[in-house]
This record gives sequence, structure tokens and C-alpha cells, in this order.
Amino acid sequence: MRRIISMLMENEPGALSRVVGLFSQRGYNIETLNVAPTDDPTLSRLTLTTADSDLRIEQLTKQLNKLVDVVKLADLTEGAHIERDMMLIKVRAAGVARHEVKRTTDIFRGQIVDVGPEVYTIQIIGTSEKLDAFVAAMSDVDILEVVRSGVAGISRGEKVLSL
Amino acid sequence: MELLSGGEMIARALEDEGVEYIFGYPGGAVLHIYDALFKDCKVPHILVRHEQAATHAADGYARATGKPGVVLVTSGPGATNAITGIATAYMDSIPMVVLAGQVQSHLIGEDAFQETDTVGISRPIVKHSFMVKRTEDLPIMIKKAFHIAASGRPGPVVIDIPKDLTRPDAKYEYHYPETVKMRSYAPAQRGHTGQIKKAAKLLLAAKRPIIYAGGGVLLGDASEQLTQLAKRLNYPVTKTLMGLGAYPGSDRQCLGMLGMHGFYEANMAMHNSDCILAIGARFDDRVTNTVEKFCPGAKVIHIDIDPASISKIIIADVPIVGPVQPVLTELLAQISLLREKDNSLPDQSALDLWWQQIEEWRAAQGLFTGRRYGESDMIMPQQVIQSLYRATKGDAFITSDVGQHQMFAAQYYPFDKPRRWINSGGLGTMGFGLPAAMGVKLAFPDMDVACVTGEGSIQMNIQELSTCTQYNSAIKIINLRNNNLGMVTQWQDMQYEGRYAMSTYEDSLPDFVKLVEAYGHVGMQVTKLADLDDAMDEAFAMKDKLVFLDVIIDPNEHVYPMHIAPNGSMKDMWLSKNERT
Repeated sequence: MRRIISMLMENEPGALSRVVGLFSQRGYNIETLNVAPTDDPTLSRLTLTTADSDLRIEQLTKQLNKLVDVVKLADLTEGAHIERDMMLIKVRAAGVARHEVKRTTDIFRGQIVDVGPEVYTIQIIGTSEKLDAFVAAMSDVDILEVVRSGVAGISRGEKVLSL
Repeated sequence: MELLSGGEMIARALEDEGVEYIFGYPGGAVLHIYDALFKDCKVPHILVRHEQAATHAADGYARATGKPGVVLVTSGPGATNAITGIATAYMDSIPMVVLAGQVQSHLIGEDAFQETDTVGISRPIVKHSFMVKRTEDLPIMIKKAFHIAASGRPGPVVIDIPKDLTRPDAKYEYHYPETVKMRSYAPAQRGHTGQIKKAAKLLLAAKRPIIYAGGGVLLGDASEQLTQLAKRLNYPVTKTLMGLGAYPGSDRQCLGMLGMHGFYEANMAMHNSDCILAIGARFDDRVTNTVEKFCPGAKVIHIDIDPASISKIIIADVPIVGPVQPVLTELLAQISLLREKDNSLPDQSALDLWWQQIEEWRAAQGLFTGRRYGESDMIMPQQVIQSLYRATKGDAFITSDVGQHQMFAAQYYPFDKPRRWINSGGLGTMGFGLPAAMGVKLAFPDMDVACVTGEGSIQMNIQELSTCTQYNSAIKIINLRNNNLGMVTQWQDMQYEGRYAMSTYEDSLPDFVKLVEAYGHVGMQVTKLADLDDAMDEAFAMKDKLVFLDVIIDPNEHVYPMHIAPNGSMKDMWLSKNERT
């Protein structure tokens, strides 16, 4: 099953490599990975998505928790949560396609953030599924570049991942 | 407050930490540190001949004493040479602190002379590592390193120290903290009472129980509690290769080692049991054989300080995360409580039947009852270990290398006390035995320390004979010499129709007696069984000498029992070359 694992990590050199290294060392796959600072400068928030059996995921979370740099960890998929992935996609937008791209972007509630005579750069935010759907909807268009942030996630309601 | 340079801080911090020995080797990046040690440091430094040996010696010291072993090496090759020893300690959860020099901060990343990414290279085989960025952080980082290495599930910690941070002219305030707290590191202090209650009930309800004890019992200093528990319940105990000595090996309730080369009665009892109490053991593949066929009728109670060890290989019915000592103490209390409240006791008639079955297994195929080794005119390796046991009255520290000799030692030297059996179980590092014995001998100079080895393993760190000369390390080296890589040939015999690919040396072996004499030690060769006991006694009578006993053994003897793999269960064993269960 697909999981979103989110953790608070000491903002120390090498902390990220320990997390990433653990995946290759123990034979797990990372589908997406997102790391950024938080409101607390000593902590980074890392969110990753992976897919595996429940048993293997349990083992993985235990191993991640053992890393000294990992302060707290939660499997967001265990409860109600919000997930967002952000995509910047550059497509060839000339002739009839130019109008069609604009229309599809509106349907997906995306924004055209850069305009060239022949290209559009579109920003689109949502679940990974929605982003995949947008890319699929662009199948008749010449896609020049796709950049995705990877999933960031947070629990719904009062539940928080903090110290 | 006192002002110290980085190098002086390291020297002082090791003193303040109560370190007894530093095992190391100098080099460019650690010269400031060595100068500080030379000028003013009460902690003696042991100069090895290769950095791998420094880690193994520190490791041996740590296994025998329970205190972290300390290693000091230079950058680049110094650090990479230490890697095998760090991995060895990591696999067996041995507390160790490795101080590694690094090139100057401003050169890092420029492929400078003797630069290597030590933190990166060691990352998968350390419990944690630190890269020092500021000299002022050295004391707290060293404190944290010792704290992490020795607490929870122990393991090696590496501190990478750029040379410029140790220079003598840059001085900072030194304060060594007495304790340290880390928000991201808090190993369990006790077990969950509800789970322990469940475990107590399950244990008392068992009809064919077995206690499966691993290295965690030794690391957690819980041998006494384990013995109390086993005695109270009259349950059989088997031990892993790492757990030997956790329960007295010569006791009636001890079934010996289990696993690939485990005792017949231990493997049979495991396979047929209905309740396994696993304590500080990790269901290693050398224990379980084929996981899908592992102990089909058994409920599993698993006590371990490391939550990741529980249900990693075998799903635990009752998992208990916590240090083994307090957990076992509470388990004993819960068992007493159940007796008082509900008059719960083990099912005596079931237990009698179980013991009767176990004694039948033991009588039929036990190592010390049934015939377990071959006969020829040559000395059998098992006889050497039995002679060693006799000569040392079963009370020595025995280190070993890796291979057949290691298994013979594990089988035929019943360890009655904890921390006496020092071997590389997880990583299986050849070359471990000699330097480990040096470390043990330093910690216990008045005790007999013997390294059981083979002519293959000993040559992997034989340069340490020189270190032994320098520090008068009066260890005894028992070389079980069969003139081939025994465990390799055993597998080649069993699975490759006896094609001995690269497992013999032709006529290239040195004259070991002359070799050790060249280092200033005593060498003796034994070829006849009739001379074995006398030679062994003579060797141990030389209290202040390193004696190398080169014992020529039957090269055709293999280690049995041996699990049938692949696809076998715990009860599937070769009992000799052509008998199987």
C-alpha cells in the first residue's frame, strides 16, 4: 500500500543522507521525497511516499525511528490527512493547442505562471493523482519539462506532528 | 574555566569519561591529538600494526568489560582500514567510539591528501556519527558519542574530526558534561507491564516451552535474571552463538547452542516447542533456517531493547520492548504474582514429558553423549577444544576467528559465565580473534585469554604478533590447523561435489613456530593426540608468554550438526557426512 511518512528531523549535516541511505540499505523504494525547514530552525520536516506491505512498512518506520537524527515520525496514511504535490509543467502551446492547454489548465484549477510565444509554463497543485491526471490530459500536447515537488502532507484536525 | 586546544580537549575528555585504553595508529590528520596525548593524558594508548586490529582490540575489550572500546585513527586509509572492525561491532551491537582524523576543514571536498568521506563510508555500519564543525563542540560530541554507543542497543559511534579543529594554538573553554540529554534519542527504560503480564500467562500455560537467549542478555547484563527465571520454571534454555555464557553452559537445563551448527537437542526442542521465549535474540538466518518452516507450533514472546528487532523475521505473539534486565525482573515478579493469585504454575506433567523427550534427543545425538566426531589417527579439532577446556578449567576468556574452529569452540567449550566468549557472530570477520584477545588481555591481565583460530584466519591479522610483543600480551593462540579453509571446503564438499576452488594454499604456509619466534614469542607444534594435553598445560603454564600452539588436526573433519539448507526447517540437520535427520 502507498504510504506517506512524515518526520521531524534534526537540522544537522548528514541527517538526510541517513534517511535516504536507510532506504537503499534495506531495499525500500522512495517514490517522492520532500525536505524543507520548519518554523523551528533546528528542525527539518521530511515527507516521503513509498509503497510496500504492511509488515515491511512497520519495519521501515521502526528503522527510521531508530535513526538518532529522527526526532518524530508519523505515517500520515494511518489517519485522515491532506496531501499536496506541486508541479511545474512546460508545454508547447502554439496554434490550436494554445487555447486547449489554457482550457484544461482552468479545469484543473492550475495557473499559467509563465508565457512565451510558443510555450506555457503551468503550475498545478493537488494530490499526486490529480497531477498524474493532468499529465495524462496533456497527452496530445508536446510536454517539454515536468518538475514536481514531491508530496507534502499534514494530518487533519487537531493531530499535529511536533515536539 | 580552563582553556584547552581541540587536541587537549580530546585527551581530557577521554580521561573524564574514564576510558582505560585507546587503541590506535597515528597519522597526519591526528598528529595534534597524538601530541596532546603524549604531553598530558593518563589514558594509555595501544599502538596496533593495522587500524582494523585497533577496532577489533577495542571491540574485544568492550565485549569482555561491557564498557565502550575507544579507537583513534587518522583520515583516509586510517579510517577505511577501521571500517571492517566498525562493521563487526555494529553487527554484534558492541559499544565503541571511533575518533577519526579528517583533513583540514577548508580542504574537505577537494580530494585532499588522505581525504575520504568517513561519515559517508561508515554511515550504514554505525549507530550514529558526528562531524565536528567547531572546536567548542568537541566535549559535548564526545559525551554524546559515549552515551549513544553504550545505551539502548549498543553500537559503534564515529566522530570525524578535521585537523584544524585540534590545532594547539586555538584554545577554548573546556567543560565536560556529566550527563547528556537528547530529544531525538531516548531508548526504552522498562517494558510494558501489560505485555509482561501476557508473557507470564503464556509462559505458564506452555507445555513444551523453550527459552531462546541471545547476545542481548549479555549486553543487558541479565544473565542472573535469566538463570533465575529458567531455574524457577525448570524450562530448557538454548543460546545463540552470541548468547553463549548468558546461561551456564554446563547446567542440565542448558541445551547448548542452536542454529546452523547448533546442538541436535536444541534445534529439535525449538522446532517442537509450543512457546518460545526469545530474549535479546534476533532470529538471525543462521538460527531460523527457512523462515516459512520455522517452529510451526510455537507462540513467540520476544523481549528486545530494539523495537526493530521484534517481528522483523518472525512475528512475535507477545512483543516486549525494553532492556532485558528490568523486563526479566518484572516477568519473575509477575510469575510469582500469578502463583499467589491464581495458583498458576507450569503444567508439571507436560513439563516432565517434555524433559523426557529432550533427554532422549540429548542421549541419542548430543555432542557429549552420542558420537559426534570422526575417528582417525590424527587429532580431531573437537579434542583440541576439550583439551583447552580442561587446561583452563572452563574459566578462560576465549576469542575466536571465523570458520570451523569457531564452531568447534562454540560447541565444545561450555561457557558458564557471561562475556567469556568473544567472537564475530554477525559479520563473521576473519582476523578478529588475535586483536580481540589483545583487548581482552589488557582488561583482564591476570586471566587466561586464548584465541582459537585456524591457519586461514590468523593470517588476516598476524601482524599483531608484533603489538603483542610491545605490550607483553601473554595470550595463548590455539591454531586448529587443517591446512585448508575448512568452512569453505565443508560447503564445497556438501554443495559443490568436493571441488575445492581456492580453498587450499598448496605449500605456501609459513612455519608458524619460527614465525612467532621471530616476533619473540613461544611456538609449539603438536601432531599427536598423546602430546596434546601436555602441550596445552605447558602453554598455559607460561603465564607471561604469548604461546602459539600449532595443532595439526584431521583435515577431513567437518562441523556437525549442520542445518540442511536451502529449504530445511530447524529440525533438518546433517548429523555427519552421510547421516541426516
